Amino acid sequence: MEKTTKSSTANGILKCPTGIRGLDEITLGGLPRGRPTLVCGNAGCGKTLLGMQFLVQGASLYDEPGVCLSFEETAEELAANVTSLGFDLNDLIARNKLAVDYVYIEPSEMEETGEYDLEALFVRLGHAVDSIGAKRVLLDSIEALFAGLSHESVLRAELRRLFRWLKERDLTAVVTGERAGAGLTRHGIEEYISDCVILLDHRVTESVSTRRLRVVKYRGSVHGTNEYPFLIDTDGISVLPVTTLDLKHAALEEQISTGIPALDAMFGGKGVFRGSSVLISGTAGTGKTTLAAHFVDAACARGERCVIYSFEESPDEVVRNMSSIGLDLGRWIKMNLLCFHAARPTSHGLETHLIGLHKMVTEFQPANVVIDPISALLHSGSISETTNMLLRTIDFLKGEHITAVMTALTDPGGAPERTDLGMSSLIDTWVLLRNIESGGERNRGIYILKARGISHSNQIREFVLTDHGIDLREVYVGADGFVTGSARVAQEAKDESEALLIRQNIERRKSSLDNKRKALEAQITALRARVESEEQYAGQLIDQEQLKLKKLEGDRKDIKISRNLKTTPAMEAARGNGGRK
Amino acid sequence: MSTRLNSSNDAGDGAGNDTWELRLYVAGQTPKSLQAFANLKRICEQHIPGTYDIEIIDLLKNPQLARGDQILAIPTLVRKLPAPVRKIIGDLSNTERVLVGLDLRARGKGA
Repeated sequence: MEKTTKSSTANGILKCPTGIRGLDEITLGGLPRGRPTLVCGNAGCGKTLLGMQFLVQGASLYDEPGVCLSFEETAEELAANVTSLGFDLNDLIARNKLAVDYVYIEPSEMEETGEYDLEALFVRLGHAVDSIGAKRVLLDSIEALFAGLSHESVLRAELRRLFRWLKERDLTAVVTGERAGAGLTRHGIEEYISDCVILLDHRVTESVSTRRLRVVKYRGSVHGTNEYPFLIDTDGISVLPVTTLDLKHAALEEQISTGIPALDAMFGGKGVFRGSSVLISGTAGTGKTTLAAHFVDAACARGERCVIYSFEESPDEVVRNMSSIGLDLGRWIKMNLLCFHAARPTSHGLETHLIGLHKMVTEFQPANVVIDPISALLHSGSISETTNMLLRTIDFLKGEHITAVMTALTDPGGAPERTDLGMSSLIDTWVLLRNIESGGERNRGIYILKARGISHSNQIREFVLTDHGIDLREVYVGADGFVTGSARVAQEAKDESEALLIRQNIERRKSSLDNKRKALEAQITALRARVESEEQYAGQLIDQEQLKLKKLEGDRKDIKISRNLKTTPAMEAARGNGGRK
Repeated sequence: MSTRLNSSNDAGDGAGNDTWELRLYVAGQTPKSLQAFANLKRICEQHIPGTYDIEIIDLLKNPQLARGDQILAIPTLVRKLPAPVRKIIGDLSNTERVLVGLDLRARGKGA
């Protein structure tokens, strides 16, 4: 206890950083300095590796040499085992940064007679520690002593002494122990190590394995209490520290292009917000990946780095397929602006994928991440787990101001707005692609289901894949409703011909009117001519009649004269009336 | 600094390769170590007089030697010769078991 007060700080106890990605965050700084930590778990869960990484990182990053007292593997075996993780034990040993002492216990070669203690073990450990000035110790796994020596009460007393001894020398120790039965370790050594206990677990659910780590206890320190997934890969162990879901992301005002001008126009002309989460959902073959590829292409063209997490196609396939629509993603890969990570969803557990993403983001520092498709992740976890992990991922990406573009395959039977993951609430911008089936063909439609904070178009647009990428077409809305594809083309043609017909009609009407006018005018001329000729004829008749009349009057005079008749005034008047009329 | 205790006064004895080469690892002059040495000497005198060679190694003085013979417990008696190497840990107070451990008595007969 006096050690505690000696090494205590404002935060409680001093921490010893492990250098293991994520673990130091969960434990808020590392393992308790100057105290032993128990790392327990079933066979094959990574206990030794965690211990070795603790030593190696201590030696190489923090200048704290370490001693490994190995009860199971020789120094050569250990060195070979961790070479694949990029640790060069032999080099560290040569530079006196690391010492490995293999403690070999063979019960058949050994006879026990009377009293003994394990002083030789202390001597060996002490010698190794002193020879390189070690600050860290790994005991892997101390429980092998129980298999080799039968005097359990002696062993227990000696173990207690050992841990006290380690504390007295201010050594930060990792002690591994195999888990068995209900207890944390087979021989209950957790009863001697009460400062910090880390439990590792390797679970297989539905043939997919996931490694998990939990800090069971950590005396004198706050620590994350959840089970955290961890990954063993070429860099050793990395734990995914689940960020606290506190929704405090700063909002960026900048809007970035989706790579399709017409789609940008639907987003008020400027595209989507940087650092937001974009979901592109749709049924099979609606062009989700293509749309995402456009986004990536535009981002790379702006000089931003992108990561594509592909669960369905290999990088080469994606590059080839996109080149068919005129997108050359290959050049961005060459320029180190684009990085692919392709894996089958079932190749790892869900968490492993996301730790991988986490790692990649930390290393590659992209501005945009594409996950294609998130629905594939369902193959490696239950719905609630998947949603949970996606939530963490989106949170993480948002925290880093990374724009996340995710595609999701929707069930053709269900409502298009429905994703299997129920993640609408996580999404800022949701672009929906759908097939519109009519007239014996399928066409692609695109619309914006939601776009938080952006005034967006309510239109459904048809989009066409051309040799030079995606092209958005105005959707034809006619008297017969909304038509697409060849129906749209046909409708457009039909309309054009109708218009032509009308124009022709007008022409025809105009010319027929003209003709009629001409005909009537001709008739008028003819009639006029007839009138003239009639008039002429009538004039001739009148002249003839007048001649006749004169002749008659001349004759009557002659007769009167010949008869010598005197005409009375009355006769004169009667004749005059009759003759004049 | 090891202490060598050579019992075979008649140098170049007829036993030839039958010389027993024994090593007793101790850590300081603890009562257990002293008792182990006393017990060992008594047993050797009784059973293999004149043909044994005891080397006492104090690990407090030579800690690096613990590794070579894979010493864990104190005291530990190592029979280097005749082969195979055998180890007996403890203060050697149980004579029967020591005899079994040194192959001076067939296994099973002992306690």
